Amino acid sequence: MNINLTLIVQMVVFAVLIWFTMKFVWPFIIGAMEERAKKIATGLAAAEKGERELAQARANADAIIREARERASQIIDHAQHRANELIEQAKAAATQEGQRLVAAAQQQIDLEANRAREALRKEVAELAVTTASKLLEREIDARAHADLISKLAAQI
Amino acid sequence: MAVENAAEHGHSAADYIVHHLTFLSNKEAGSIIDFSVIHWDSVFFSVLLAVAFGGSFYFAARKATSGVPGKFQGFVELIVEFVDNQVKESFHTRSPLIAPLSLTIFCWVFLFNFMDLIPVDLLPTIAGALGIPYLKVVPSTDVNVTFALSITVFLLTIYYSIKMKGLGGFVGEFTLQPFSSKNKFVQVLLIPANLVLEIVPFVARPVSLSLRLFGNLFAGEMVFLLIALLTLGGIEKLGTVSGWLGVFGHLLLGLVWAIFHILIITLQAFIFMVLSIIYLAMAHEHH
Repeated sequence: MNINLTLIVQMVVFAVLIWFTMKFVWPFIIGAMEERAKKIATGLAAAEKGERELAQARANADAIIREARERASQIIDHAQHRANELIEQAKAAATQEGQRLVAAAQQQIDLEANRAREALRKEVAELAVTTASKLLEREIDARAHADLISKLAAQI
Repeated sequence: MAVENAAEHGHSAADYIVHHLTFLSNKEAGSIIDFSVIHWDSVFFSVLLAVAFGGSFYFAARKATSGVPGKFQGFVELIVEFVDNQVKESFHTRSPLIAPLSLTIFCWVFLFNFMDLIPVDLLPTIAGALGIPYLKVVPSTDVNVTFALSITVFLLTIYYSIKMKGLGGFVGEFTLQPFSSKNKFVQVLLIPANLVLEIVPFVARPVSLSLRLFGNLFAGEMVFLLIALLTLGGIEKLGTVSGWLGVFGHLLLGLVWAIFHILIITLQAFIFMVLSIIYLAMAHEHH
């Protein structure tokens, strides 16, 4: 056990080995590791970004679908409303027409009834005059008694 | 095997251990510090392991891709990221040197220590058959190797201290704390005390750093040697009951110690790296 030249030789070998590691080993391995770390970081960031974009796109699609649905239901509502309106209109028109027809018929009936009544009255008046003249055996001047006759007719 | 050989040649258990603790050197050391001596086995195995580490990591670095990594690249990245995290935890200044340095220390020291898990007699016996008398296969059981690492770290600490704080700042750390005074005269009086209090732990750093690693691995190897001696050392010949018991005991004890040793060698490599990072981080920080 003594200190000898081995010490010096070993120090030289050690120094050379350190230099070799520093020059040819360490930078390449650390470089590769750092580059890989960077790659992984970029990949993760890209994946996160993609995920975020996907979520965004999903939200957009949802919004569009919701809008479309709303619009569709609006259109249907509108159409139903319009149909109801048309039906109501048609009903109203039909009722009006019916009423008009009924009114016209009524008028016609009234007219006919009046006319018949008029005719009847005239006839009754004439009959009365005739009967009266027969009874009195003389002619009643129709003209002279026209107001009497019409009074009579009005009484009937 | 070596044990049996040793027994055949009439050597004692002490000879077996001494044989295992002897380096393959060019000559006997004259004194405790003798720079004309070199341990060929330590240099050979540490260079071999340096080439193994540098080569395999260079191979991985060359083929490194930022796409899906292969199995080997994944393994290398695991180690690199582990070391990088350790550095980032205690080191707040960006430095192009510290992280590669830490990686080198961790892997190289781990490989040094890993040599301890190769059966203690395997490589020395093969070497013996090839005519090489001694072979110590674990570089971190050589104080020269561990001191080489810790002194290099120590020199880097001094270099970065001066670079980051200037020579004045560096000297100031040794003279103006822990005792300081507003009074200039009192401060001058306090300098010797500060010098002693600061220099001792500063110099103790590389010593403790290297001796911790050396001590752990030396002890680990010694336990493997003792297990071999205890279980196989007394065997006269295989086939007897005591012989089989010895083989069984050797397997069991060797396995238990090897499994425990996996923890130790990794932990020691880790401790060496972390302490180096901390020392260098302290060199970068201003007080």
